[in-house]
Amino acid sequence: MNLLALAWKNLAYKPLTALLSVLLFALSIGLISLLLNLREQADEQFDNNLADIDLVVGAKGSPLELTLNSMYHVGYATGNVSLGQVKAFFNPQHPIVADAIPLSLGDNYGGYRIVGTIPKILDWYGAQVATGAAWKEDFSVTIGAEVASKLHLDVGSTFRSTHGILDEGEDNIEHDDEFKVVGVLAPSGTVLDQLILTTNQTYWHTHEDHGPEPTTPAQDTSALADHDHDHEHDHDHEHNHDHDHDHAGHDHSQIGSLLEEGAEKEITSVLVRYKNASSFQALSFPRNINENTELLAANPAYEISEVRRQFDSGQRILGILVLAITFVSALSIFIALFSSLRERRYELALLRVMGASRPKLFGLIILEGLTVAVLGYVLGLLLSHGILYLVAANIEDDFRYQLDPLRFLAAEGWLLLGALGIGFVAAVLPAIQAARTDIGEVLTSDV
Amino acid sequence: MLETTDLAYRYPGGESLTFPNLRCAPGATHLLLGKSGSGKTTLLQLLAGLRSPSHGKVVVNGTELGKLSTAALDQFRGQNIGMVFQTAHFVRSVNVEENLVLAQRLAGKTTDRRRIRELLDVLGLGEKLRSLPARLSVGQQQRAAIARAVINQPALMLADEPTSALDDDNASQVLGLLQQQAAAVNATLIIVTHDNRLTGIIDQRTHL
Repeated sequence: MNLLALAWKNLAYKPLTALLSVLLFALSIGLISLLLNLREQADEQFDNNLADIDLVVGAKGSPLELTLNSMYHVGYATGNVSLGQVKAFFNPQHPIVADAIPLSLGDNYGGYRIVGTIPKILDWYGAQVATGAAWKEDFSVTIGAEVASKLHLDVGSTFRSTHGILDEGEDNIEHDDEFKVVGVLAPSGTVLDQLILTTNQTYWHTHEDHGPEPTTPAQDTSALADHDHDHEHDHDHEHNHDHDHDHAGHDHSQIGSLLEEGAEKEITSVLVRYKNASSFQALSFPRNINENTELLAANPAYEISEVRRQFDSGQRILGILVLAITFVSALSIFIALFSSLRERRYELALLRVMGASRPKLFGLIILEGLTVAVLGYVLGLLLSHGILYLVAANIEDDFRYQLDPLRFLAAEGWLLLGALGIGFVAAVLPAIQAARTDIGEVLTSDV
Repeated sequence: MLETTDLAYRYPGGESLTFPNLRCAPGATHLLLGKSGSGKTTLLQLLAGLRSPSHGKVVVNGTELGKLSTAALDQFRGQNIGMVFQTAHFVRSVNVEENLVLAQRLAGKTTDRRRIRELLDVLGLGEKLRSLPARLSVGQQQRAAIARAVINQPALMLADEPTSALDDDNASQVLGLLQQQAAAVNATLIIVTHDNRLTGIIDQRTHL
């Protein structure tokens, strides 16, 4: 029977009191761990998906929306731009732009977004094709690892896309054309894991109107997320049916083939990398675009830092809450120990009579505090990772934000030290009190 | 073996008490009698090393308590002095056996469960080995307290009003067990009491 065993027995003797302290402590540790994990993993997602992209160019609107939609694939598009407007970005001779990637957005399959683009995007995000190949032809798709596993698709599978960027269940408006999976990507930890990639031209086939004249940008593809538009749209497709698709044969994997199309054809946005991001021209480039053209240029690093700022202020409020809970839980340990001293004064005096020194009594009470802290810590981590596990699925659908509930952070190791520190501080006054127990006064009474 | 010489104690208030010298042989029983306020509990605390005398010395089993450091005194007390109180106290969260194990471990001795079992059998508590102290009757608790006091085979046993909370039957049983157990380990037994039932039985007395 050592001190630790005795400390444990003492806690177990009043299980409800101990349980309350442990639960409060677990709540505090759990919240801290949850915040740390969400923060850490969010930061990582943001960083992984920056892909050295210096600029996002799209239709006028909110720069944050444009960034979120084009880079993180959440939220709604700002509208569309015509090829003619953005052609300059694809010019290899451009003084500022080193490289650019066109994006066409607006449809989904099974809740996963279909992105019209060129295979160069794989290099930008550092993604690899695991099986099959990258898409080349219209209606051929290469899908992210996550899409493949969740929707049970593999090379050779076919599906019909759904209009709109969200899966709307029964209300889905399906496009008639069949997509064919030609490749599956290896997991890259980027948003590509959750995308279905195809050619830009594919979008024109699924959304093209009857007749050659371009629709006004505000309509058709630009109103991808516009509900009121859907029925009219559906209607279009029936008319559209006789349109001759070039499903096979043409290689649309290079930017050249896209630029050969008419200048009035539309895409959603362009991702841009600079030759020299710190050059003077590059720094004033976004403002030039925003002031002098009908385009919107957004600096993703800046927009994301804005998002982070919002995140931070939210976290600060939660932080205060966590601090309050931590304080209350420390207080509960303190009160539980202190009130138990009153009941146990004979017992503590007895321990001294049996040969326990004052430091031993001090140690006993400290150990009781630390035991509560460690139990609370373990329970708290189970709690936070349990919550992460439960919300991971939801978060992924809503925010394209992958959470790994089984990942433990180094900070959670430090959290153990913090927990032990709090347990110690909460127990130190009762422990001093216990060590001061006057055996004579307590046990022998002058009758 | 217990010997005191010129013991005096000064209370924090300034009041001073002096005590007669004691000299008790191993295995002997000695009563300390006195009225309330006569300082008999203070003397008991001095004998147990729970208080330091302002003058004089206490020698237990050849060791002068005043010469020991605080930690050494705690250890010495656990090994050489067994105490029984008017009300039996235990570590409430562990059973009778574990209470005795604690007494062994805190005194710096190794756990000897056979000795515990035998001792509890002798005291008629063999069945209560695994019971929490609170589940025992008052008489049983006092017997368990005696077990704890003698478990480490002390040189000195101090009993503070061990019988005054008990009825006649239990009182004589407890006294008998105290003497018997003290004799079994050849310990000096000092009983502080005002219980007249004991004065008739034990003839070695000191009046304070």
